[in-house]
This record gives sequence, C-alpha cells and structure tokens, in this order.
Amino acid sequence: MIADFRRRRAGMSGLAFLVLIAVVALAAPLFITSHDLSAVYAPGAPRQAPGSDFLLGTDGYGRSMVDVTIWGARISLTVGVLATLLAVGIGALVGVTAGHFGGWPATVLMRVTDWFVVLPVLVLASALAAVLRPGVGTVVVAIGVTAWPRTARVVRAQTLSVEARPYIERAKALGGGHLHVMRRHILPNVMPLMLAQATLTVSEAILAEATLAFLGLSDPTKVSWGTTLQLARQVGAVSANDWWILLPPGAAIVAVALAFTLVGRALEQVLNPRLQEQM
Amino acid sequence: MSITVPAPPAAAATPPPPGGAAAVRRRGPAIPLRYAAGRIGGAAVSMLAVVFTGFFLFRIVPGDPVRAMTRGRPVDATQLAALRHQFGIDKPLIAQFGDYTLRVARGDLGTSYQYKSSVSSLIGSHVWPTVYLVGTATLIAALLGLRIGVRSAWKHGSRSDRANTGIALVLWSMPTFWLGLILIVVFSVGVGPIPGMFPTGGMSSPDVHGLLPSFWDHVRHLVLPCVTLIAVIYAQYLLTMRATLLEEIGADYLTTARAKGLRDDDVRRKHAVPNAMLPAVTLVFLNLGTAVSGSILAETIFSWPGLGSLFYEALTVPDLPLLEGLFIFFSAAVILMNLLAELLYPILDPRVRTS
Repeated sequence: MIADFRRRRAGMSGLAFLVLIAVVALAAPLFITSHDLSAVYAPGAPRQAPGSDFLLGTDGYGRSMVDVTIWGARISLTVGVLATLLAVGIGALVGVTAGHFGGWPATVLMRVTDWFVVLPVLVLASALAAVLRPGVGTVVVAIGVTAWPRTARVVRAQTLSVEARPYIERAKALGGGHLHVMRRHILPNVMPLMLAQATLTVSEAILAEATLAFLGLSDPTKVSWGTTLQLARQVGAVSANDWWILLPPGAAIVAVALAFTLVGRALEQVLNPRLQEQM
Repeated sequence: MSITVPAPPAAAATPPPPGGAAAVRRRGPAIPLRYAAGRIGGAAVSMLAVVFTGFFLFRIVPGDPVRAMTRGRPVDATQLAALRHQFGIDKPLIAQFGDYTLRVARGDLGTSYQYKSSVSSLIGSHVWPTVYLVGTATLIAALLGLRIGVRSAWKHGSRSDRANTGIALVLWSMPTFWLGLILIVVFSVGVGPIPGMFPTGGMSSPDVHGLLPSFWDHVRHLVLPCVTLIAVIYAQYLLTMRATLLEEIGADYLTTARAKGLRDDDVRRKHAVPNAMLPAVTLVFLNLGTAVSGSILAETIFSWPGLGSLFYEALTVPDLPLLEGLFIFFSAAVILMNLLAELLYPILDPRVRTS
C-alpha cells in the first residue's frame, strides 16, 4: 500500500511539501520573536513595498510579510488539524453506529447527515462563530461540527461492507458485544479510509478557517493567514494595490490546501481500487 | 477534497408506484404520487429541523442573546431589559419556543436589531440581486463545468484532461474571498499594463443614464463577482461530471454501440452522456448550498447589495434576529431547490419512474 502511494507523483509531491511546511512552522519560534510580530512595536513602517529591508514588504502594522506568513502557518495548520480531528471523530462515531446497528437508528442518523450535507455550511458555521465568543477555539468548534457529514457517509459505507464479512459473525457468535465488535473489528478496518477523509477535511478546514477569520469571527490578535488578509482589507491594501500584502497569505492557503487535497486523493485511490482504474 | 458522486436520491429504494405492473404498462404518472409525497414529507421534516436549529443556535447557544448583541457597547440595565422584552426573551424558554415557531410559521421572522425594520421586508428588498448573481454564475459554471468534464473524461489521461483537472483542483483549493480581492487588484485597480477595467463594487454607477449605457454599466459591475462565484462552483461540476462519466466508460452498452460502428461522437453524445447526466443535474441543485456560501463572500467583497452583504453586516454587529432570519431563509431556499430536483428526477430518468 505504501509502495502504491509512492508511485503517485501528485500525492508524493503534496506530502513532501506538507512535511516542509510543518518543519518550518514548528521551527518558526527559533527565528521569529514576539517582537517581530508585535503590532505596536512593529519593526518596519506600515505597508512598505518589498525591498532590501523586508523581502516581501510589510503588512498594515509594519511587520515583515515573510514572518507573518510563516507564523500564520502555525495557527492555520493547528486550527485545520484540530477541527479535522473533531469532524472526523463525529463522522466516525455517526458512521460506525449507523453501519453497525442499522434499522431506525441508522435511518435517523443518515437523515441528519443528509440534512447537514444540503445546508449552506458557511452560514451555519459563521452563525455559530458569531453567537459564541469570537476566538480560535470557537472557529475550531464551528468548523468541526459542520464538516463531518462526508466522513460519516464514507465510514458507514465501509462499515456495512465490513459487517458482511464472516469474521464479524464469528466474533458475535463467540459472544463479542457491540462495543467489542465496533472497536476491535470494525474500527481497524475503517481506519485507512478515515485517514484519507481526514486529509481531505484538513484542506477544507484550512479554507474555512481563513474564511471565518476574514469575516472577523476569529481572534484578530492571533496571526493567521485569514486574519492577515482581513487586516490587509481593513487598511485598504486592495485599493492601494499593495499586492505584497495580499499575495503571500493567499498563495500559502492555496498551496497547503492543494497539497492536502492531492495527498487525500492519492490515498483514496490507493485504498479504493475502483477509483484506481479511472486514473 | 474528494468529489463524491451523490447517490441518485432514492433511485433504488423507491417503492413501486401504486397499481404495480398495471401502472407501469400504462406508463403511470410522470411523477409517482407516493414518491412525490415521500419527498415533500422529507422536505417538510428538514424544514422543521431548520426551524428548531435556528431556535437552538440563536436563543440557547449564546446564553444571553441580548448580551451577545450588545457586546462591547455601553448599555445600562433598563436598556437591556427593554431589549429583552422586545425580543421576547424575558419569558420562559418553552413560551419563547411556542412564540417563535408560530411566528416563523406565519412567515414573520422578527425585527432586525440594527435596521429596526422587519427581517422579512429586509430579505424581500435584498433577495433579487442575490438570485440574479447566483443564478447567472450557476448557469455559466454548470454549462462550462459539465461540458469540460465530459471532454476530460472522454479523453482521460490526456494532456488536456490533466490540465483541466489540475485547474479545477487549484480553484477548489482557493479561498473565494481571496480570489475576489485579487480580481479587484488586477482588474479594478489595475496592475502594470492592465488598466482598471471594471468597477470595484456595487451593482451600478449613479451617473449613468439611458437604456443601453446603463445596461452596459450593469454588465461591467456583474463581471467580477460573477467570475468569483463561478470559480467556486465550476470545479465541483467538472470533477463530478468527469468521475460519473468515467464510471460509464467501461460499460458494455458503449462497447456495443461502438461495435455497431457508431462514430465516437455519437457514442459519447447519444449513449454515454445521457446516462451520466443525471447525477450531474442533481449536483447543480445540491450545490446550491455552496453557491449561497460563495455568494456571501463574493457579495461582501464586491459590495453587491444582496442577501450576502446583508448577512455579512448582520455578522459584524451581530444582529441575531437578522442572522436567524437569513439562516432560515437560506436553508429553506436550499431545501426547496433540492425538493425540486428530487421531483424532477423521475421525469429525467425513466428508471426511477418504473422501478
């Protein structure tokens, strides 16, 4: 399976890029100090064009765009991963429960899932974020509780196919309870698919984080790609044509979201032979 | 993001139409009655769930809605009490819920905190620009995405397929609002040799008169928000159409068609595409939620005077009654469109009708 993944160039380059970003984001505190990111004692003049002092210019406060963009990766990735854990957790719970028990609980759960799929997610998430206290935690919750339905569907389908295998019957015959069957026999078989779904959800969550932050629903004092773009719009970077403030955070979002999507698609193809034929 | 093909709604699970085989022989009604009743019932349940969620989201989650709305503003106790009375939240929760449900059932969505006028009339005065923008963008995105998706799938693995899929994936990974900002910088403000060609926002300029000039002015205002919105929805149409058609490509009936000596074009247009079209058509409707979300961002960026801008303003206050009304309205619109798609399904696909 790993060898199969290795052969997929798009997935591998996405993975390599993500590893690089993760290393840079983790190492950021080594070369960016809180002084560099201070809005009040910013190291440069506001909205300075790229030059020898600042490679990519400065933002609305006078902070280096290089530093801001690198630091932004920390919040954006953290929110993306945490929201995904929440979403995939809910999705797996709903999917395994619906797939294992069947009957009316499955009908109810899948109706709720379908209902969530149809609803305008951004409306729900932003309403939730507006109603709660604005902040990073709120954004994680708002994304997490709205991004799970697709995982639930995929996990349920896989659970149904695992349930039909003989060893499940054997486990039940030997007296394995519901919890035992779900934990020891179904979950390990659903895990790989959950991983693929999680990778795809991260890309969705990073986009949603940027969007919610841009709408002013996150903590504006935390530097993320979304808040940087929100600040850029507030200080009039758009009409003044300060492209260096707009370009780096947006390009970073596109690159990271695309990388997660490529990895997720490659994983899906490795795990699902039917998709494989299509490539 | 993976593009999962939506399962044809209940295509397989639909109970046979009343009358069984006899009804089939007479071809039965275009939309089987029991099927239609089931769908309408389902939509009604979904709508009820939306109303309940609205109550839960805007009355219970915030703890004290009035405090949430006046956050950061100096208000004294009497003002708070007056507001609580105005929004009816000084009553017990059960009574509130009763009032709320009755109100929504009558089509009364309350009074906006910020505008001091009824939410329904606000929605009424902002709805058409949004319908117009989302409608135009969806139409163009669907035509483009489905067409290119068909071509991509038919020549899958080719260079043009890989280029198209690549573009779609990049668009898919792009934040809508950022694309809008970049479009403004490049085409409204102007970069280098590119002059500012399009207005930065709004629906029309105040100083343009005459039928033809104002029409032209209007089109110029529409271009950028429309392009932004198309970019959001286009990718999904393309990828789904491609995936659906790819599933058909190995099918026996296509081999038969080719063996009969049909031209490749005819095999594609008359045999493969009609079968792959149905999930794609469903998707156009299913995707309306995405289009609504995209329209909030596009309208905010381009100050398009529709429901999206209204929603953004309501978010920044936060104007909870207005948010609540818009949430219910958006959800109702999406549920209604889905119902329409499900009712159209048996007309488009005889297999659903006779199964």
